[in-house]
Amino acid sequence: MTELRRTLARQRYLLDYTVASMSRRRTRNLGLLLVYVGMVFLLASVLFYSSALKHEAGLLLAEAPDIVVQRMVAGRHALIPAQHAESLRGIRGVRVVEGRLWGYHYDPAVRANYTLLVPPADDVEPGTAVIGPALARARGAGIGDVLSFRGQDGTLHPFRIAAILPQESALASADLFLVAESDFRALFGIPEGQYTDIALQIPNPREERTVAEKVLEALPDSRPILRAEMLRTYDAVFDWRSALVLLPLSGALLAFAILAWEKASGLSADERREIGILKAVGWETGDILSMKFWEGGLLSLLAFLFGTAAAYWHVFGLSAPLLAPVMQGWSVLYPDFRLTPAIDATQLLALFCLTVLPYLAATLVPVWRAAVTDPDEVMR
Amino acid sequence: MTARVELVGVRKIFNEGQPNAFRAIDGVDLSLPAGGVTVLAGPSGSGKTTLLTLIGCLARPTEGRVRLDGRDISGLPEPFLAALRRQTFGFVFQRFNLIRGLTVLENVMLPAYPLGTPHRALTRRAGALLQRLGVGHRAGAPVESLSGGEAQRTAIARALINDPTVLIADEPTANLDTALSLAFLEIVSGLRAEGRTLLLSSHDPLVREASVVDRVAELRDGRLVADRDPLAESAQ
Repeated sequence: MTELRRTLARQRYLLDYTVASMSRRRTRNLGLLLVYVGMVFLLASVLFYSSALKHEAGLLLAEAPDIVVQRMVAGRHALIPAQHAESLRGIRGVRVVEGRLWGYHYDPAVRANYTLLVPPADDVEPGTAVIGPALARARGAGIGDVLSFRGQDGTLHPFRIAAILPQESALASADLFLVAESDFRALFGIPEGQYTDIALQIPNPREERTVAEKVLEALPDSRPILRAEMLRTYDAVFDWRSALVLLPLSGALLAFAILAWEKASGLSADERREIGILKAVGWETGDILSMKFWEGGLLSLLAFLFGTAAAYWHVFGLSAPLLAPVMQGWSVLYPDFRLTPAIDATQLLALFCLTVLPYLAATLVPVWRAAVTDPDEVMR
Repeated sequence: MTARVELVGVRKIFNEGQPNAFRAIDGVDLSLPAGGVTVLAGPSGSGKTTLLTLIGCLARPTEGRVRLDGRDISGLPEPFLAALRRQTFGFVFQRFNLIRGLTVLENVMLPAYPLGTPHRALTRRAGALLQRLGVGHRAGAPVESLSGGEAQRTAIARALINDPTVLIADEPTANLDTALSLAFLEIVSGLRAEGRTLLLSSHDPLVREASVVDRVAELRDGRLVADRDPLAESAQ
């Protein structure tokens, strides 16, 4: 028999013994596995969800203007006059300058804010609206139905639903209400020649900062916002939300760590005796460590696999019902959407290292201490 | 098959340097010739079990040397001691120390796992040993269900699975009735006939006076107080 075959056979024996040993302590191991899976599930869910939301936000912002210019009055966002757009057209490096009209409308019927927006092409007929899927769902509205809003002057403005935005774009469009420019101005009382903000397209990304500086020079009362800054803000918001979820979980994490440590460090008298017997019949320290390594490895790998698989299904299959209210809530009308699976391999590796490796270490250290002691002493 | 074991000035102190230090073995010199059956006799607490564990490489002496075929084994690194426990010494514990939850066959095969012996060959060898010791029919039974005699035979089979040259048994008849004790002595006789060195600790007169025993070494308070050959004595 070659040395390799002997080594493989030896590892197989150790693995067989480990499985038998685990099944002998079935109740305890199942309990531990359950708690372990639960922890990995929660951590992985938060990780997957925030990662996927950041990914969605990135996709969303890929369509956003390179710079948005807002007018500030007394530190507050104010309407920006169309003349400001003319001043921006002269800045080198700016290709498109476009005034935008958008705002929020509170609907007491569903106690939710809608995002009202004039589409860039202004292709919505006056008196009609194109609405987002969540809004349609909340109001029970279909194509041809009429929704009326009370405007700034107290008059009712009826809108006939011309179309409902497709479900695929739900994250971006869930609470959208697209209207014609004339209707928007009438509803909110915004005079001609005034816009909510101005969008700039900059073909060369390296010029964005320079253009922003020139915008400030040309319009000292303005605030240019770069797309990269918005992306960073989204990241920060989702990271903050993740931390918000993880903070209460830290107690559970600590409890798990204590459980794992107690289980691992406090070898029971039975386990110590078993290690002593195995050593007495000729097992080496390395064999016992291998056996315990298999045991800890099997348990933690199973927990990692079940936990991450369940988290994947929870986040991408069920749209994270346990996390959505905390993690997603920037709007009252939650979009009914399924996140595109977006998993960061580095984060997954970090999760693996945080859950599997400490457990293995906590299992192996006390076993190693028992295994290097004389068998007679271990069994006493 | 045979092996000679020598002890020179062996001492074993537990909790050395502490107020509760206890001298279990106090300067024992003993030579066990290759082959034959030696019994370590003496009252409880005389150091019989400790001496067996020192010879069987389950513990290290605080002082002195244990030699196997002239080679000092008391200071060997742990992997070498494990190899000796696995292949040279077979140990039968007083309470058998079988692993609960495993079957008789699995318990017997345990010492051979680290050797990576092919499974079929190992199962066959373990089965043959159990047959020979009269417990072949219990091979698939969990060890918790064994009677005292069956558990002892299983422990003997486990000790013999790697074909050791020295078999050590600690108080082998302590948990057996007379009939089972006699059956055990028959097994000992068979192993002796194969040329193995057998070392038993016992304060059971049935064992000490058995015809199969070549030598009785008496311990008291960790010291060797008598060393006699019952056959020679009876001839006189």
